[in-house]
Amino acid sequence: MRFSGSEEYVSTEDLTLAVNAAITLERPLLIKGEPGTGKTMLAVQVAKALGLPLLEWHIKSTTKAQQGLYEYDAVSRLRDSQLGDPRVQDIHNYIVKGMLWQAFSRDTPCVLLIDEVDKADIEFPNDLLRELDRMEFYVYETRELVKARQRPIVFITSNNEKELPDAFLRRCFFHYIRFPEKETMEKIVDVHYPKLKKNLLREALEVFFEIREVPGLKKKPSTSELLDWLKLLLSEDIPPEALRSKDRKTIIPPLHGALLKNEQDVHLFERLVFMTRAKNN
Amino acid sequence: MLIDFFFKLKTHKLPVSIKEFLTLLEALQKGVIGSSVDDFYYLSRTTLVKDEANFDKFDRAFAEFWEGVEAIPGIEAEIPLEWLLKQAELTLTDEEKKLIESLGGWEKLMETLKKRLEEQKERHQGGNKWIGTGGTSPFGAYGFNPEGIRIGQKTSRNRSAVKVWDQREYQNLDDSVELGTRNIKVALRRLRKFARQGAPEEFDLENTINSTAKKAYLDIHMRPERRNTVKVLLLLDIGGSMDDHVKLCQEMFSAAKTEFKHLEHFYFHNCLYDFVWKDNRRRHSERTRTWDLLHKYGHDYKVIFVGDATMSPYEILQPGGSIEYFNEEAGAVWVKRMTDVYQKCVWLNPEPEEIWGYRQSVQVMKELMGGRMFPTTIGGLEKAMKVLAK
Ligand SMILES: Nc1ncnc2c1ncn2[C@@H]1O[C@H](COP(=O)(O)OP(=O)(O)OP(=O)(O)O)[C@@H](O)[C@H]1O
Ligand SMILES: [Mg+2]
Repeated sequence: MRFSGSEEYVSTEDLTLAVNAAITLERPLLIKGEPGTGKTMLAVQVAKALGLPLLEWHIKSTTKAQQGLYEYDAVSRLRDSQLGDPRVQDIHNYIVKGMLWQAFSRDTPCVLLIDEVDKADIEFPNDLLRELDRMEFYVYETRELVKARQRPIVFITSNNEKELPDAFLRRCFFHYIRFPEKETMEKIVDVHYPKLKKNLLREALEVFFEIREVPGLKKKPSTSELLDWLKLLLSEDIPPEALRSKDRKTIIPPLHGALLKNEQDVHLFERLVFMTRAKNN
Repeated sequence: MLIDFFFKLKTHKLPVSIKEFLTLLEALQKGVIGSSVDDFYYLSRTTLVKDEANFDKFDRAFAEFWEGVEAIPGIEAEIPLEWLLKQAELTLTDEEKKLIESLGGWEKLMETLKKRLEEQKERHQGGNKWIGTGGTSPFGAYGFNPEGIRIGQKTSRNRSAVKVWDQREYQNLDDSVELGTRNIKVALRRLRKFARQGAPEEFDLENTINSTAKKAYLDIHMRPERRNTVKVLLLLDIGGSMDDHVKLCQEMFSAAKTEFKHLEHFYFHNCLYDFVWKDNRRRHSERTRTWDLLHKYGHDYKVIFVGDATMSPYEILQPGGSIEYFNEEAGAVWVKRMTDVYQKCVWLNPEPEEIWGYRQSVQVMKELMGGRMFPTTIGGLEKAMKVLAK
C-alpha cells in the first residue's frame, strides 16, 4: 500500500514520504501546521486514495482517552434492570465501542484520524501510549483483551496548543505542514477551481500573500479563507483588474471580509490602507 | 555511518532517542525510500525530529553529516543505501577497506575531514553559512581532499544545485535563537504543573452516577478540579528597560491564564509605588491604588512580580524617587507591604542572573524580596514555582 497524492489534495514530496513511512511501519503520523494547511484533509484524502474506510475521532477539551476505547453505560443498565428488561443480563449490551475499538475490530485496514489532540487534557496522549503502540487494550468489565486485527493507519493532528509528551512523540512519525508558498498554493487552488482564469488567480494570490504580510494581524488568512474568497470573487464575477492597482497597498480588495474574519484585523488592515493612501496623496 | 549520523545529531543537541533511530533503520530496511538523498533527508527528519522548532538544527546537522559522506570516494549521485546499512552494522567489504586504506585509512580520512571542517567553521564565524556551502569550502564536494585527490565532484554536479537542507527553510521556526521564547514554553509547562498541584477536589457527578449504578449503592466520587483554585496576582514592570522583555512576559502569562481560575495582572514602572494600572495606554487615567490591591486580594493570593529591577537605587529607597511623579512613600515601603501581606511572593527577573551582582538596585530588590528573586530560566522558574507552591 502506497500513497502517492490525490486528485483533490496537493501533497508535497516530504509529506507523501512521511505518510508512506507511517503506512509501511504501521505507526501513527503526527501532523502539525498553521490552521487551514490541510491537516484534517490529509487523512480524508489518504483514505480516499487508498480506498479505505475512514474513522474520525474529533477531540474536544473534555474528551478522555477512555472514550476512544469504550464506555460502560452503567446508568442505562440500572434503569433496564428496574424495568425488568432481559437485555440487562448481558453486560455487552451496555459497552459502547469507541473509535479505537471500532478501528481495531476491522478485518481490513482502515484510516483512523485523531483530530486536534492538543485540545484535550495534557494527560490525554499519555493515556493512549500503549493503545497506539501495541494497538490493544483490556476491557475490565468483560475481561477481554481487544487487539487490532489489522493495525489501522493513524493520523493525529495538532494545532500546537499544548506540548505533547516525549514518550508519545517517540512513537510517531512527525510532519510539519509549512504554509504553502505561491507555487504550491496555485496547485491547491487549481484542485478546487480548475477553471479559474490564470490572471485572476495571479492577482488574487498577490493580494492574498500581501495581506498575510500585514504586521500585527491576529489571524492571518489561511488556505481555507483563500478558497472561500476565490469562490466569492467567482460568484460575484469580479474581474482581475479590480484586484490590480499600481500601488496595491492603497486599495481595499473586494470582499476582503472573507479573508480577514476578525473585526480587529479588518480595522487594522483598513487603517493601514488609508494611511498609505493619505501618505501618497 | 548511520551511527555517525546519530551522534552528529546528538552533538547538535537534537533530542533523538535510540528508539527513533531504530525506527529509522527499520524504515530503511523495509524500503520506505529509494536511494535519493533527498528521500533519506525527509525520512530521517520525519522519524527523528518531532518539533518543527528543531528543523533548522537538524538541517545544519544533516549538512555537516552529508559533507562527510560526500567526501568519501565512490559515493555517486545517489546514496548507496546498502552501504549505509552496512555501515550501521559496522562491516565493510575488503574492497571498500582497501579503498579507504589507500587514502590513509578511514580514521585518518575522517579525522582530517573533521579538522578541516572545524578550521573552516572558525573562519566562517559571524556569517550565517556553515562549512562548505556555496563552493566557498576548500574541502569537500567542490574541492580537494587532504590527499590531493579530487573527490565527489561528479556527485555535486549531478544533483540539483541547492540541497533541501541547505535552504534552511525552517530557520525562523528555531525559537531558541530568540531570547526567551523557548523559556516561555518551558515556563508554561511549569506553571501548568503548578496549577495542578494541590487542586482541591470537586464532586464528580458523572462518575458517582456510574459507579452507583454499577455497585447499586451510593458511591460518591470526587475528582481534582480541572482548573485549580490557585489565585495569582501578577505585577509586571512595564516600559523603560523592560521594553525588551515585556511582551515576552505578557505572552507567557496570558497563555497561562486559562490554567488559573483567578489570575489578575497589573503594571508598574520600575518599582511598586502607591498605584498600579491595568491598561498601559490608559495608565494615567485609570489607576488602581496599591492599597486597594492589598485590601481586595486576600492574603491567599500568590504574588509574582516580573521586572528587571534595573534602576537607580534611589528609585527604590527614597520618597520621591519615582521617575514619573512624586511618591510620598519610598518604593521599598510598598514592596515591604506586599511581602508582609502575601506570604507567597516571588520576583522573576528576565535579566541573566550573572549580571544581577553588578546592579545595586537588583541587589536591593532581591533583599526586599527576602532573596526570592529568580531568573526566567528553566531552573529559575522551577524554583520560583516551588516557593509559591510550598
Ligand atoms: N494541500 C491541499 N490540497 C488541497 N486542498 C487543501 C490543501 N491544503 C488545504 N486545503 C483546503 O483548505 C481547507 C482547510 O483544510 P483543513 O481543514 O484540512 O485544514 P486544517 O489544517 O485541518 O485546519 P485546522 O487547523 O483549522 O483544523 C480545506 O477546504 C482543504 O480543501
Ligand atoms: Mg483540522
